[in-house]
Amino acid sequence: MTVTTLRRLTGDEKHAPSAHSTLDVLRVLYERVLRVTPETADEPDRDRFLLSKGHGPAAYYAVLADRGFIPEEWLDRMGQWHSPLGTHPDRVLIPGVEIGTGSLGHGLGLAVGTALGLRAQGLVHSRMFVLLGDAELDEGSNHEAIAYAAAVQLPITAIVIDNQSATHGWPSYQPETLAGSSAGIPARFPGWTVSVVDGHDHDEIERGLLVRTERPHLVVATVEAKWS
Amino acid sequence: MRETFVATTTALLDEDPRTALVLADISADVFRPALRRHPDRALNVGIREQLMVGVGGGLALTGMRPYLHSYAPFLIDRAYEQIKLDLGHQDAGAVLVSIGGSYDAAAAGYTHQSPGDVALLDTLDGWTVQVPGHRDEVPAMLREAARHDDRVYIRLGAQENTRAYPDGAKLRVLKRGGPLVLAVGPMLDPVLAATRDLDVTVAYTNTPRPLDTEGVRLLAEAEVIVVEPYLAGTSARLVSEALSGLPHRALHLGVARAEVRDYGTWQDHARAHGLDEAGLRRSLEKFLGDA
Repeated sequence: MTVTTLRRLTGDEKHAPSAHSTLDVLRVLYERVLRVTPETADEPDRDRFLLSKGHGPAAYYAVLADRGFIPEEWLDRMGQWHSPLGTHPDRVLIPGVEIGTGSLGHGLGLAVGTALGLRAQGLVHSRMFVLLGDAELDEGSNHEAIAYAAAVQLPITAIVIDNQSATHGWPSYQPETLAGSSAGIPARFPGWTVSVVDGHDHDEIERGLLVRTERPHLVVATVEAKWS
Repeated sequence: MRETFVATTTALLDEDPRTALVLADISADVFRPALRRHPDRALNVGIREQLMVGVGGGLALTGMRPYLHSYAPFLIDRAYEQIKLDLGHQDAGAVLVSIGGSYDAAAAGYTHQSPGDVALLDTLDGWTVQVPGHRDEVPAMLREAARHDDRVYIRLGAQENTRAYPDGAKLRVLKRGGPLVLAVGPMLDPVLAATRDLDVTVAYTNTPRPLDTEGVRLLAEAEVIVVEPYLAGTSARLVSEALSGLPHRALHLGVARAEVRDYGTWQDHARAHGLDEAGLRRSLEKFLGDA
């Protein structure tokens, strides 16, 4: 189902779902994990999903359409005049979209603030997920949020889609984990618990997303390299 | 003014569970009681101004009313894109309260100064900008801001007028005469001193955004002089719009763009920028004499 929705959105076969690094994580989130529906999209105690990596939102829009947040017809007009769907998502225009993003490095800070707001209001059952790209981690603003979330033990879950697209990589400096040029991503989240999952394996992704600890949790979802 | 801000905001946190405070280390010492009393809503994120504004945006998205505070150069200049995107683009609001605007941190040098903060916010939509001229004007601003969700910037200064005008949102006429001299916030006392024996109208506002353009149009005849405690000319566009279609001459005084690479006190810098009594007098006489 999402396959056809996605094809409808992108309009051609070459954008097969496997080319969309975020699609499987988004499907698992919306199909298995998030407690949010079109009917509860404004409830204060809903689970939140923030797409920090606002680039390439085709898969996000396809999943939102598939789950009934937006009409499928919207997918045909992405980026056009008077379309609610831009090449970056705008929360003001799209039901179910929590934040407007595009400029990289904004979602994690907003996620920290949203999680703090939920906690201050006693909405402790609302879960907070935020999705970033490995290249997006280059933005320094992320590291302000990463360190602070660990310091105050904020129970948010950050998902980093690792398609090894960061120009200088996130190398590991520990010889036993020299698995790839981005093997050092978890090392940049000190104080977080970590799951590394196959970014296309739905059961593995789900297990990573369901982890709840007293600390912030990182899920690194590994997919094929962007330039491979 | 900072003490008044701390006392009022601390009281607001006690009274209104919707309010939140986000600091980036600056003033954390004087807010210690509030930070201790409201650990869920009074937060110090450390020296992380981008995060401070992002957190403010996130808190607002959950329905809370965040107050953010730091030195103007760190709160506005450094976190400009977060202000633009994490607040404005999200259609979220916050109350930004700064100290160390133009040259209050004179001895600290240009790294700790922001003459351009109001001009930066002028590039964005929907900001109310308040520049109190006296500490007693501050509490009402902070309390009013708790009652809505809009974007508010309150610029606290070291310089103060001798008396407060709590109803300074619209232009308030303090002296009637010829050409209009509009004094923003702490510029009022030096303006009154410099115009003591000049035939001018002096009006005061502590809320330059939204500017009372109707008041400007009513009071300005053919000549208007604006004296602002931040970058000179910041209000030129709005004054020009207010007087559109009316033949007029305008003079915009404020802080110069060129960096004053010197230290001393805010009084020294006011003198260097011609914003003390003598400097204002010189500029006014020249402008009015040229008529």
